[in-house]
Amino acid sequence: MSGAEALLPAQRPLAWREYALLVAGLLLAAGPHVLRAPGWLIALTVFLYAWRGLGAWNRSLLPSRWMLVAIVLLGLAGVWLQYRAIFGRTPGMMLLLLFSGLKLLESRDQRDAAAVVFLTWFLAITSFLYSQSIPTALGMAAAVAVSVAALVTCAAPRRAPRANLRTAWVLLGQAVPAALVLFLLFPRVHGPLWGLPQDAYTGITGLSDSMAPGNLSQLTLSDAIAFRVDFKGEAPRRRALYWRGPVMWDFDGRTWRLGNPRIVDLVPPATGTRVAYSVLLEPHNRNWLFALELPASLPAQARYLDDGQLVSLTPVRARISYDVESAIESVPDPSEARQTLERARRLPPGFNPRAMKLAEGWRAASATDAEVLGRAIDFFRRERLQYTTEPPLLGRDSVDEFLYDTRQGFCEHFSSAFVFLMRAAGVPARVVTGYQGGDMNPVDGKFTVRQSDAHAWGEVFIAGRGWIRVDPTVLSVPLRLDAGLAAVPAGSALPLLMRPELEWLRGLRYNWEALTHKWNLLVLGYNPERQRELLSFLGMKDADWLELASTLLAVLGAFILGLFAWMLRGMARPDPVQGAWIRFCGKLAAKGVARSPHEGPRDYSERAARSLPAAGEPIRTIAGLYITLRYGRHAAKDEVLELRRRVKDLEFG
Amino acid sequence: MALQAELKNWFYGPEAPRSGQGGGEIVLGHRRVYIVPSRLGLFFAGALGILLVGSINYALSLGFALTFLLAGLGIAAMVQTTRNLARLSVRAGRSDAVFAGDTAHFRLSLANAGEFDRPEILVRHLGSGAQRTLDVAIAASAEAVLPVPAPRRGWLPLGRVMLETRFPVGLFRAWSYVELDSRCLVYPRPVASALPAPAPSAQAGGARAHAQGSDDFSGLRAHQPADSPRHVAWKSVARSDTQHARGDAMLTKQFAGDAIAELWLSLSDLPPSLGLEQRLSRLAGWVLAAERAGALYGLRLPGSEIAPGRGEAHRAACLEALALHESS
Repeated sequence: MSGAEALLPAQRPLAWREYALLVAGLLLAAGPHVLRAPGWLIALTVFLYAWRGLGAWNRSLLPSRWMLVAIVLLGLAGVWLQYRAIFGRTPGMMLLLLFSGLKLLESRDQRDAAAVVFLTWFLAITSFLYSQSIPTALGMAAAVAVSVAALVTCAAPRRAPRANLRTAWVLLGQAVPAALVLFLLFPRVHGPLWGLPQDAYTGITGLSDSMAPGNLSQLTLSDAIAFRVDFKGEAPRRRALYWRGPVMWDFDGRTWRLGNPRIVDLVPPATGTRVAYSVLLEPHNRNWLFALELPASLPAQARYLDDGQLVSLTPVRARISYDVESAIESVPDPSEARQTLERARRLPPGFNPRAMKLAEGWRAASATDAEVLGRAIDFFRRERLQYTTEPPLLGRDSVDEFLYDTRQGFCEHFSSAFVFLMRAAGVPARVVTGYQGGDMNPVDGKFTVRQSDAHAWGEVFIAGRGWIRVDPTVLSVPLRLDAGLAAVPAGSALPLLMRPELEWLRGLRYNWEALTHKWNLLVLGYNPERQRELLSFLGMKDADWLELASTLLAVLGAFILGLFAWMLRGMARPDPVQGAWIRFCGKLAAKGVARSPHEGPRDYSERAARSLPAAGEPIRTIAGLYITLRYGRHAAKDEVLELRRRVKDLEFG
Repeated sequence: MALQAELKNWFYGPEAPRSGQGGGEIVLGHRRVYIVPSRLGLFFAGALGILLVGSINYALSLGFALTFLLAGLGIAAMVQTTRNLARLSVRAGRSDAVFAGDTAHFRLSLANAGEFDRPEILVRHLGSGAQRTLDVAIAASAEAVLPVPAPRRGWLPLGRVMLETRFPVGLFRAWSYVELDSRCLVYPRPVASALPAPAPSAQAGGARAHAQGSDDFSGLRAHQPADSPRHVAWKSVARSDTQHARGDAMLTKQFAGDAIAELWLSLSDLPPSLGLEQRLSRLAGWVLAAERAGALYGLRLPGSEIAPGRGEAHRAACLEALALHESS
């Protein structure tokens, strides 16, 4: 009847329903952080959430200000002890998690609830720093939906919960078209806007700028995708798929490191089979781009180094896509600078005496570098060294130990030993790291190259022929080329899905990865370049941001107007019942019986019927109809029509 | 003056149309619904800014998606908040007369012709700050009773009323002003004092009322300790706890030995030194007392006269005359 208490929604205390929605949103948004947060922090946060739940039941259990301050200090100290930092990506996120619990705990009214909802959104975006996969996206969409439901419930706590939920879904449904327009047309720029914290890109896997025994084999235990390839035309045979990455020049006895290659113009090889393909490269926080040996074209924004690497001008920190062309099995350029060859013969003195002796023996027995190479190849074929993903640890003379003692190794052992032997025999050689092989996904026909395909091989320079690829792993274990890691003897550590017995699971994975590829390409890969392509497709070539912004505003403006018109549809016309009544009042006023403002329809019609007795009956009927239609629950269409007809026919005799 | 009106129009929007003779009802056209982000909405915009910068900095595609989804939510919320008021019809109901110093209760009825409910509509009387929150269901109406202080006698106009809503998410505040042609009659604040002696009635042909007997009631006077308890106007004592006639409530019935006597309540009976308002207040007190005692009373004001009578309607007519008496 008379309205409720005049408390603004913002001042109303939180009820258990709002609390439940807020916590559900927080749990959904914070869920993935469980993988990263230390146990004590998870326990503390969940404890804070639960404490607020107790408070919803009995307010006297809520903590005092001082206790909150104590918890804040404890949490800060804990994060400091854990990470030795308060700022930075991971500690910052952990603090955000902690504050979500604290803010919830001190939430008393609806205004605080809004702050908790904002925190939910911040938690959601920090999850994206780690994963932007489809499941993460779905989880965060659920978190946003629940948080919006919480906002609506807070804005109208007395309304039926189901009606509030429906309002939340309608709001989100209406938000989607606008979001899509903004996503496509909002002027995109290349980040970052300023320097990022030091730990911004930790946890990204990929090849590194050095190669020591054991670090590649660690990488191969990862099932993560390195990049995906879409060949235009037929894919080359698997054994030709050498994806060239960083080239290692300098050896210190244990670790191989990058040289300092110069940027040169790419001279496309004249020979070999040309293949064109596009690569969707996962971020690895390095400049390397991967292409089949040897690259014959340069992607946009890429440079070519004189040792055959493709590099990007900036580290690859977001998934990027590039088109490139390669000439496989081509004849290399036979020329090379003298200094470069000098560098390719350098070895640290005093390491691996047994291998040195072996190589010197080859040198003495051979007339040419090619002959030395032939002996080396024979050596690797004959020796039957074992290929394993779990190589034994090696000591100071790693090459000697591998060749003569343990005789088990992974590709980095093979390539390191080979290049060492060649250099010891005076033949210029270098280690090339990269990936070998890849899986074709039968669902979408694209190739997937994983971290487990990481590989290292050697290159030797033979006068008159140039740099020649020699893969010592394949010489010892010929199966490696066709079977990839499956060439590893049974029982060794392998990524779960590489195991041959899980065929059905692989099928499932192919489907999932095909979907993920589309997602990566279309959603995650939408960047300033893709936006430019889309705009030129839409007929806006070289649109600057001003043009883009005005288009965006125009589209959004039209959307708002359309939405508004749609939401008020059917209401623009005056109410037919009210229209008929106004006409009725006008007719009576013309007869001298004007309605006074405070007169209700019943009193007025009674007075009118008494002063105009000739029309008394119709006047009472009309008033009765009007009262039924206006104040009754339902308005039947034929009754409305009858009212209008009767008003029209009203005569005063 | 004209400039002031212009400014008012510019600030508040065009003058809210008064309810016409026919309807007494205002329908809020969507052009009369104003909307701005609420404080929460400004925080929301700030949060979106942070999310956007984060997305750009870390090149987070899903960060962009989240930011833009929330921006879309803001847009949808803006439209829905406006809709919550748009085409709502407001009408004023009857408000019962009150005495000056009391609180007038204005009834405001909000009718919703839409196919959606309109929750959380705040109705605020700008003059007094009185406010009520209403939920208007689908195709239904809801009524708010606004308590407005009535300090002075005369007509008390309702004045400007603001309707405000922040539904559905509180990010926007939509409001509209209505100025309904609704007013409440305010009687003078009654002051109790001894009733004047009954005057000889014209019809009674100059009957004497001076001889006091106990046959016919002729009026009331203030109770004196010597009066017989049988003559105390107990009915009036019983009612005297009503707020309008506090004070020396014990009255003694005076009885005229004569036939019918009429009580004339006249402004000129009261000394002008009291001031007009005080005299009107005393008259109002007399009217109440006379009605309570069941006397036949008439009212004489300069320029108008109400013939003696009794009953609710008569009482109301007398009080209205007092309320609307022009202070010349």
